[in-house]
Amino acid sequence: MALDDFKDIIHRCFRCGYCKFTSNYSDFNCPPYNKFRLETFSPGGRMWLIRAMMLEDIEPSQHLADILYTCTMCANCVEECRFKFHDNIVDIIMEGKASLVEAGVVPPSVRDFFKNIYTNGNPWKEPQKKRGDWARDAGIPPYKKGDEYLFYVGCIGSYDQRVQKMAGAFGQLLLRSGISFGILGEEEYCDGNEVLMMGEEGLFEYLALKNIELFKEKGVKKIVTLSPHAYNAMLNKYPGLGGDFEVVHYTELLKELITSGRLKIPGTRKIKVTYHDPCFLGRWNSIYDEPREVLDSVHGIELVEMKRNRENAFCCGGGGGNFYTDIIGGGEQSPSRIRSREAAETGADIISVACPTCMTMIEDGLKGEDLDHKIKLMDISEIVLSAIIDAGESI
Amino acid sequence: MKMAGDKDHVYEGLKTIVGDAFVSRDIEELYMYSRDPGASIPRNADWVVLPNTTDEVRKIVVLARDMKIPVVPISGGLTLSGLAVPVKGGIVMDMRRMDRIVEVNEMSRYVVVESGVSQGKLLSFLKENYPMLRHSMPDAPPAASVVGNTLIYGSGHLSKHGAHSEMINGLEVVLGDGEILRLGSLAVSPYWFGRGPLPDLVSLFVNWFGTTGIVTRLSLKLYPAHPLRDMLIFLVQDPGTIPEAVSRITATDLMEDVLIVASRPPKSPSVISLLTVYLTAETPEELDFKKELFVDMFKDFGKEGSKIVFTPKEMLPQKLVHGFMEEPQYAAATADFKKGGGFEYVGVVLPLSMVPVAWKKGEDIAKKHGFDPLYTVRNVGLGHSVVFAFAYPFNRADEESLKRSRDALADTNDMALEIGGTPWKSELEGQARIMARMDPMVLSVMHGIKKVMDPEGIMNPGNWEHG
Repeated sequence: MALDDFKDIIHRCFRCGYCKFTSNYSDFNCPPYNKFRLETFSPGGRMWLIRAMMLEDIEPSQHLADILYTCTMCANCVEECRFKFHDNIVDIIMEGKASLVEAGVVPPSVRDFFKNIYTNGNPWKEPQKKRGDWARDAGIPPYKKGDEYLFYVGCIGSYDQRVQKMAGAFGQLLLRSGISFGILGEEEYCDGNEVLMMGEEGLFEYLALKNIELFKEKGVKKIVTLSPHAYNAMLNKYPGLGGDFEVVHYTELLKELITSGRLKIPGTRKIKVTYHDPCFLGRWNSIYDEPREVLDSVHGIELVEMKRNRENAFCCGGGGGNFYTDIIGGGEQSPSRIRSREAAETGADIISVACPTCMTMIEDGLKGEDLDHKIKLMDISEIVLSAIIDAGESI
Repeated sequence: MKMAGDKDHVYEGLKTIVGDAFVSRDIEELYMYSRDPGASIPRNADWVVLPNTTDEVRKIVVLARDMKIPVVPISGGLTLSGLAVPVKGGIVMDMRRMDRIVEVNEMSRYVVVESGVSQGKLLSFLKENYPMLRHSMPDAPPAASVVGNTLIYGSGHLSKHGAHSEMINGLEVVLGDGEILRLGSLAVSPYWFGRGPLPDLVSLFVNWFGTTGIVTRLSLKLYPAHPLRDMLIFLVQDPGTIPEAVSRITATDLMEDVLIVASRPPKSPSVISLLTVYLTAETPEELDFKKELFVDMFKDFGKEGSKIVFTPKEMLPQKLVHGFMEEPQYAAATADFKKGGGFEYVGVVLPLSMVPVAWKKGEDIAKKHGFDPLYTVRNVGLGHSVVFAFAYPFNRADEESLKRSRDALADTNDMALEIGGTPWKSELEGQARIMARMDPMVLSVMHGIKKVMDPEGIMNPGNWEHG
């Protein structure tokens, strides 16, 4: 795709503002608009600025780059825009970013992100060799030919200490279910979803082709991803590049394992849990029920919804690379802090997540709000695993 | 307008008042705030600022006064007629950070809102917290502001009680010299329940487009919300019958709203005119009674070719039915009629009796400029007047298409004045046409008032200026 492909669409944005809201108009649901409140930071504002750039009414600039790169690609605008072209809004914003990449005008943190991914395979310049270290003590096996699933862990799951526990919990559940699976460890490479969302299409293609080649070489047929971002790239973008694999998100697989009886959850967890919908699972791929059904399958859990949930869920603020670049920035009005407050308002004991990015963002949000002592952050696998451990079952 | 002073000094001054994050003079913000979604020609802004409190508004106005710089308030930014686009540059003051719903008085049925509260937010807030109360929702997008719409004589689903400007209990307003006025009952009472029986100063800020002061809070009347809401749709065979039909309907005072829409649906050879009567009720029996009354009302109405034909909802496309029941209706869809991202309309406040004349003349204008008639007519009061909107969609990417819309808008303004109507929330050209026809004595008083209220001429200058 290129920005020019949208030249017959982009002027059709009326800037009516539906895109900023939840479906009942109660709140602004576009994270950057909610924070900055300048019309330029709304989805419609971005559409008009990108068009102005196409018409050469304005030049690519650092401020324009900041405006576009604060977009977390949460797709609330796609959900709420009433015009027929609504599906194209995030594509247009992505292509707007691509134009800035082409012009060499991106924020320094975005430049570093691309550079680190290209040279190190992850955003933090961590050694590739250490990518699978987390799995050693957890007993998670390497992928071998014939395994039913490749467990694709992703960058955050591989290197972030908190998210490593999330990956470990899911791995333990897979082991318990008896399913054959393995990880790629030091052979795993970035999935590229964020690179694409940030407009570096060439780098995305490089990463995707590299992964596809590796997966094929390993005989991979089915992939289960920890991250909804990787899920999105592999499910929706890899097929166009020759990567035709069966891709599931881990909550889908957990639901299937529980429903089929391969994974039993004994015991009771008398806790109140709220669930934060990740954008790339929910709005991007319409998976809302499976994570909730997994939680429901744990006896004793009371699921309480946040005011904004499912299609109306408020983004954690980490998408579009913001978990690394932090262009949207901190403070009381940062998305993760707002979301943390919303979670606490439910009175839940636990805020559950199903995405590594959300986990790191909400972790920061809870700390920023001094709520980390009042509400616990857990991933869905960790909740299921804790129910099993509490019941006295050995792993 | 003298653009005195050092631009950096103004920029630094604004940052001191509201903080760095809420001031911009970057080209991207100036581009955005120099244009609106309508057909108006862009006009340059110099600074954009987002205050969070009335005191910040006051300080900004004082800075603007001292530097003799124009200041232009914007809230929803959806007038489509460029009223919040600066005519003479200066500071555009985006009020949308001031979006607090300050107070609801359930018993006396009013709400106090800040000037950035959106229609959508108030709608949702009342539904959730005060389901027995509602405000008159216009069919503007939910991002339209309550205060902006109210100050420019908006109308909506409860306009049987009058235009929204008539629902104001009081205003908090920052004057051109930085003084703050609180008008209405709040001037003498802790309650903001009404305007009378004091001398009415609220009107000094209604329909003045921010040229006499910047409103920061508004007390608005609320109305009972009934649990049941439905509608009846009638096909209008002859627009000449509309005055009689609306008069009969409103005489009962049993309807919530009366709205007529006319357009040529895709693939249809002709324009279809539908009259919708909105009904609310406490019980199913009450609703049935009202439905029966209005259906019966038009059973023997008119001759063949001039009937008002009841059309059961089941016979209509369900998408249309759903759209008619939506609050707000999705009027912004008009912007995509030409796949062009824009439309503008001339809204004309008319006596009910003049609807057929306006209808016919509107058809002539539409034909002349290559449009199909695209009308909405809303009853305001109990048949006391209507707001008749003549809409002209355009393709934003096609300058010729924009020009045709502008030309049609200009002709419509002229026509409206010729037949005795009053153009609503007019853009600069429309304002000039109104003032050209205005009683010179009234015009003189108007300008005298403006001179007193804004001696430095900094408040949204260019609007309501003669010559």
